[in-house]
Parts: sequence; structure tokens; C-alpha cells
Amino acid sequence: MLTKRIIPCLDIKDGRTVKGTNFVDLRDAGDPVELGAFYAQQGADELVFLDITATVEKRKTLSELVKRIARQINIPFTVGGGVSSIDDASVLLKNGADKVSINTAAYKNPQLIKELANEFGSQFVVLAIDTKQEADGECYVYLNGGRTKTETKCFDWAKKAVDLGAGEILLTSMNHDGTKQGFAIDITKRLSESLAVPVIASGGGGTMEHFATIFKQGKADAALAASIFHFKELAIPDLKRYLHDQQIEVRI
Amino acid sequence: MKTVIIKYNAGNIQSVLYALERIGVNALVTADHEEIITADKVIFPGVGEANSAMSSLKENNLDQIIKSLKQPVLGICVGMQLLCKYSEENDTECLGVFDEPVKKFVSDSFKIPQIGWNTLYDLKSPLMKGVAENSYCYFVHSYYVPMNEHAIATTDYVQPYASAIHKNNFYGVQFHAEKSAQVGEKILKNFIELI
Repeated sequence: MLTKRIIPCLDIKDGRTVKGTNFVDLRDAGDPVELGAFYAQQGADELVFLDITATVEKRKTLSELVKRIARQINIPFTVGGGVSSIDDASVLLKNGADKVSINTAAYKNPQLIKELANEFGSQFVVLAIDTKQEADGECYVYLNGGRTKTETKCFDWAKKAVDLGAGEILLTSMNHDGTKQGFAIDITKRLSESLAVPVIASGGGGTMEHFATIFKQGKADAALAASIFHFKELAIPDLKRYLHDQQIEVRI
Repeated sequence: MKTVIIKYNAGNIQSVLYALERIGVNALVTADHEEIITADKVIFPGVGEANSAMSSLKENNLDQIIKSLKQPVLGICVGMQLLCKYSEENDTECLGVFDEPVKKFVSDSFKIPQIGWNTLYDLKSPLMKGVAENSYCYFVHSYYVPMNEHAIATTDYVQPYASAIHKNNFYGVQFHAEKSAQVGEKILKNFIELI
């Protein structure tokens, strides 16, 4: 049976993992490759590397990093952060990335999704959406790392993106992100049940129960988290054993 | 020992090269007929769409070369599908090494493509030596090879299907062995060690 996936996310700046980690067993906790390899060995099903570097040297640094990751890591990985053209994506693919994640650039130019899907296949294109539920009860799309609100509803954008060729949706709920109070169940469920592609839930995972809930009630295909893994609040092998005991299919 | 990866217009060849590197194999990525014919092992990867992949092979006369190979050949993902007779994906005539069709998953309740980790069972052939029943591998695909006499692994998605096949010197795996953690590395290693 196809399993639910657990995906640690690593934020990268200038080739280094941002946010300290308290892994005492790593030689260099700031090295994304070493941290990624550690997660892979722990049983992570996939990795997401999000580049938040904002310099002109970015592309070169990132492509070298992607190559190092591809050489050493034996599970699929997605690279995101500032991908806004076929050329950007092509550099990542050629260096060994399995998927790219696109966000603001795709919203501003939806044809980018179509072009990427045609050029590299839908399996290569992960559409990341940052969404926030407003007082009217609707979830809206936010851009630029959550700084810019749009009037587009999350569901409408996700549907359009899938029609254009997005192969997966990485859905981050800004209401839940950083709270450790659980994932956004309703919007995840709505997307997952309506769309033909997998939905990765992100934001709010704090306990093992939260993961079980987002899989069972939220119908997520995968769940992504960052700091709870980095700070060892949750170990992947423990999480997977727990999910397995909850009759959720996971790779152990 | 010379291992080659066939170079054509079909995606993530780099990943296969790196996976081999991790198990200590330096492979050559090439479209050169002579290099391919004289190799000890040939890997035929593939990501993307069957029809354009076949066209790319034909442009370089690689279709004839691949069919005539006598050494062990491993098709991965679309590479495995192209070794079959015909694909429903854009009505594509394939290489026909295996006399099987490639069909599209049809379901109202399953997401298509299948993306993620799924199990292999009913394992046979030296390719699967030392691989435990119900081991997990990483899959990304919308088309599949139905169960047939050449199946050496079965996976369930929508229905049971052949997730690995073997006939004479030809092997095919639907999953991405190069991205399937230790299990994938074991299978690649088995392929490299085939006589």
C-alpha cells in the first residue's frame, strides 16, 4: 500500500541550514547535506530544502549545494526558494533535484507551471501555497513568504495550478505555522479530497497525534515539519512507529 | 567492468549516476552506440513522457541498439515501460522486448499519478536477491505494466501490477531504484553484480 510521507524541511541561507539545531551527533549541524543525510537515515521519506538566500551569488551557491545533496542523499528531495523561470529550474534539475517548489513566481505568472510541467513533467513541479483563514472564514493565498495578501481563495488557486500541471501541492497554513497546535485540518481535507494530486500539509505539527490527525481526518498524503525535527522534539523513528500503531501506513 | 547509462532526452539521469557512485560504480553517460554495445551493464533510465522519449531514442537509432543488446540491461521507470510493446501514453509503439502493454491507472478513489513509497512482494530473480518481501521503494507514475509471466515483483495500486520484470538479459523496475534508500541501492548493486 502507498504510504503517508514524513518530510523534514530545511531552511538554507548562503548554503547553510538556518535555525540552529541541537543535534549533538552531527559533526556540523549547520551543513544541510549532513543534516539531510541524517534524516534520510532516520527514515524521512523525502526532504525539502528551502533556499532563503537573497544575494546575486545565489544561483551558483544553490546549484553547488543541490549537487552535493544529490550525490549523498538516497531519497527524493525538493528544492524551493526563488525559482521563477525554466532556467532556474533547469539548473536545479541538472544538478540532481527531483522536484522544484514554486510559490510567488507561479502566482504572478501561472504559465510558469505549465511551462515547467511540459518541459520536465508534472512530477517535477510542486506548487507551494501559503494560506491564511480570515475572519470571513475563507482561506486566502498569501505571497512573498506570507507578507502580501491576495484576494484569491486558496482552493481556487490550487485547482487552477493542478489544471496547469502542478504535480503536488505543498499547503502551509499561516494560522497554524509555528504554533505546534496541530495542522490545518479543514483546508487540507478540502484540497486533498478535491484535487487529483497529493497534498503535503505544513504548519502546526507539534505532536505525534497531530500527524495522525492530519493523515486520518485531514486526508493529507504527506506532512512536513521543520523545527520539531531540528530540535529533536520529535524523532522520526518514534513518529513512524506511532503512526504505524495507529494503523496509518508508513515506511518503517 | 564498464557500466553505461543511456543518454537521451528523458530527465533525471544525474540521479542514477549519483546513486551508482554511492555504491562505488563509476558509470559513463553516453549515447554512443559503440560504448553502449561494448558495456558490461547498461542502464536505461527515464522520467517523463513515453512518446517523446521514444522519438528521442529513434532520432539517435538507439531503439535498434537497445533491442539488440546481449548484456544485462536495466530499464528504470519510463525506461522499463519503453522496453514493453506498447504504451497507452499518447499511443506509443515501444521497443517490444517484453510483449506486454503499458496501461494508464484508472480509478475514482486513487490519486493518479501514484507518488510515494509502496511495497514490493512476490520477489523473484537475482535482481531481488537479499531484498525482503514487502520492502518499500519510491514510485512516481501514471502508467503501469499489468501482471504477466515476467513479473519479478508485484505492487498494489488501484490493482496489483508488475513493478519489476525480467526476461533473458532484460530487467525493468517501475520504481526509482536510485531514490529508494537502501533497498534501491541493494537492487542496483544486484544488477551490477549480475553475470
